[in-house]
Amino acid sequence: MTDGFKVGYPQALLYYKYFPLWETFFNRLGVEVVLSGPTNKALLNLGTVEAENELCLPVKVFYGHLLALADKVDAIFIPRMVSVEKSAYTCPKFMGLPDMARATETRLPPIMDPTINWKLGWRQYVKTIIELGSQFTDNKAKILGAYHAGVQSLHQYQDKIRAGATPIDIIESKEAPRAGVADLRIGLAGHPYNIYDKYISMNLIKRLREMGTDVVTAEMIPHSELEKESQTLPKHLFWTFEREVVGTVFHWSRRNSVDGIIYVLAFPCGPDSLIQSLLEHEMRRERSTVPMMSLVIDEHSAEGGFLTRIEAFVDMLSRKKKLAGRVAN
Amino acid sequence: MLMTFPQMGHVEQLIGDILERLDIDYMPPPRTTAKTLALGTKHAPEFSCLPLKLNIGNFIEAMEAGADTLLMAGGKGPCRFGYYAELEGRVLRDAGYDFTMVTIEPPSMGIAKFVRPIKRISGKSTRQIWRALKEGFPKARGFDMLEKRVLETRCFELKLGETTKAHKEAMATLVKAKTPAEVEGAIEAGMRLIDAVPCDREQPVLKIGIVGEFFILLEPFVNFDIEEWLGNRGVLVSRSVYITDWIGPTSKNPVAGTSDAELTELARPYLGHFVGGEGVPSVAHTMLYANEGFDGVVHMFPFTCMPDTIAKAIIPRVSRDYDIPVIHFTIDEQTGKAGVVTRLEAFVDLLVSRRRAKRAVNG
Ligand code: SF4
Ligand code: SF4
Repeated sequence: MTDGFKVGYPQALLYYKYFPLWETFFNRLGVEVVLSGPTNKALLNLGTVEAENELCLPVKVFYGHLLALADKVDAIFIPRMVSVEKSAYTCPKFMGLPDMARATETRLPPIMDPTINWKLGWRQYVKTIIELGSQFTDNKAKILGAYHAGVQSLHQYQDKIRAGATPIDIIESKEAPRAGVADLRIGLAGHPYNIYDKYISMNLIKRLREMGTDVVTAEMIPHSELEKESQTLPKHLFWTFEREVVGTVFHWSRRNSVDGIIYVLAFPCGPDSLIQSLLEHEMRRERSTVPMMSLVIDEHSAEGGFLTRIEAFVDMLSRKKKLAGRVAN
Repeated sequence: MLMTFPQMGHVEQLIGDILERLDIDYMPPPRTTAKTLALGTKHAPEFSCLPLKLNIGNFIEAMEAGADTLLMAGGKGPCRFGYYAELEGRVLRDAGYDFTMVTIEPPSMGIAKFVRPIKRISGKSTRQIWRALKEGFPKARGFDMLEKRVLETRCFELKLGETTKAHKEAMATLVKAKTPAEVEGAIEAGMRLIDAVPCDREQPVLKIGIVGEFFILLEPFVNFDIEEWLGNRGVLVSRSVYITDWIGPTSKNPVAGTSDAELTELARPYLGHFVGGEGVPSVAHTMLYANEGFDGVVHMFPFTCMPDTIAKAIIPRVSRDYDIPVIHFTIDEQTGKAGVVTRLEAFVDLLVSRRRAKRAVNG
């Protein structure tokens, strides 16, 4: 049945984290993967009209991508991402994503929604993968082989990011990493779908680079390091991706390894609403000298005001740095 | 040490009782008012959910009145509640308050995490704590059962306000009850009191089910006393969540009547996995109310609430498939009673005309 079978993959949310894995997996099974393409105005509009108004911006964007795939594919792949590690969840929205997709007004192709839940252990995980692959082949070895190849793709992708390229660099142009050349180094914290989606982040990375800064992100820090930093919180944080944000910010601020941090959060993100306040508190308590600016994005974010704020922040950082340089000399 | 805790419905009576059994000095915060909300909104993170803001407001008011130890529940996600205590502690310290925070984690995170903090503050043994909980629980359940009976009675009352009056009296008696025998007696007497309210049980009433987020459903200040409002207009109200169902040792939910397992199974075609909070219950109870022939459903939750926003994205589908009207109320600090009441009135009118139309069709 795989002949010409097309699986749609919305280019949103966890796409930035796991796409190479699933692309390779499906391709190895002879299934074509169709992307919805980068976010643009039309997609966002589609999404905001269809989505429940009170959902967070990234999920509205996701709806847009879903609709864009509606009549192009035989099925849409929306894994139910419950947890990617034993000790934490993703976000409730990911846990209910396939159901929200099914409840849309617009008719969608069938949804493939394997439940990814590491809390249930690896045995269950393997079972889930085999079940998923069995829709295309009866050959279990082939399915596991495809998955293994997928994991390798994912690792290659992660290696490139660790070396300084952003997912967008890799996915788009495979342009060489270019960190370590500028005077100012800015840490960009936040969910990958907020900082790497060029449209909803208003091209933040490119803009920062054009202002002559180096941009570093969480993915460039070894995961074990993030984990260690975030574990210094008195209570274990039960959202994986927020723990990454916290670990990243702690890593930069405790080492003074960036000149400033921009924390991008989407309105109205449940977990981030608490994490923003938590980080501000912790940095104040630790007397961090690294300035942090929070940028809240929503579908009405105006480019003008956004740019002004970033420019002002970067200016402030470079004045601060010059001053420090003068004092030191 | 003077302990306090957040306000939510009759939680004041429930926790107060347990603390008395453990000889812990306590002082409930003043009842939640607009001032509480303003205080909470001022200090809490802007996009946090409303319960967090009100908790902070309650704590501030209680500390201003002399409390110095804050009791909070913990949790392990995936919704924000599990990190509330962590945040509240930080926000209040940043605001300059000095206090001890006592966080009780749910027993599912390990009995030690649950019992140890109680032991530390009360100086009681595990056995004594166990006994206090065991004897306090039936009383807590009694409060829930009284509430439920009130909802089933108010719409039939002949004289406005009689049920509410009986409820208050019944509560006051139960609050004083201590020993198991006293508690049992007080619950029975309370039920009799409510049942004695003069009623016309033959009159036709609309039936509305209320689903949504726990805190909003339980705290009259934020749900604008919707149950009483509807009851006073002759609507039989059924609420889908009760506090002892939530904290109870089993997941059978004896007060509301449907176990977690049944709810999960029922919701599956629409919401195939738990999403924290009342996500699944909100969807499942909407279906149940439809099956039970209710006229409509009110869905209430705080703005930015993750689980119930998911439910809101799904319930319209259920509403269509099950042919049951649902009205959603998203509550935040700006929500005013007038707006809620206007929409509720229109909703009740809609349900009345639907009933008439149905009767015309069915003869
Ligand atoms: S983590 Fe925040 S932004 Fe991401 S899906 Fe959840 S609520 Fe939305
Ligand atoms: S259920 Fe909703 S309102 Fe309640 S704590 Fe969780 S996210 Fe907040």
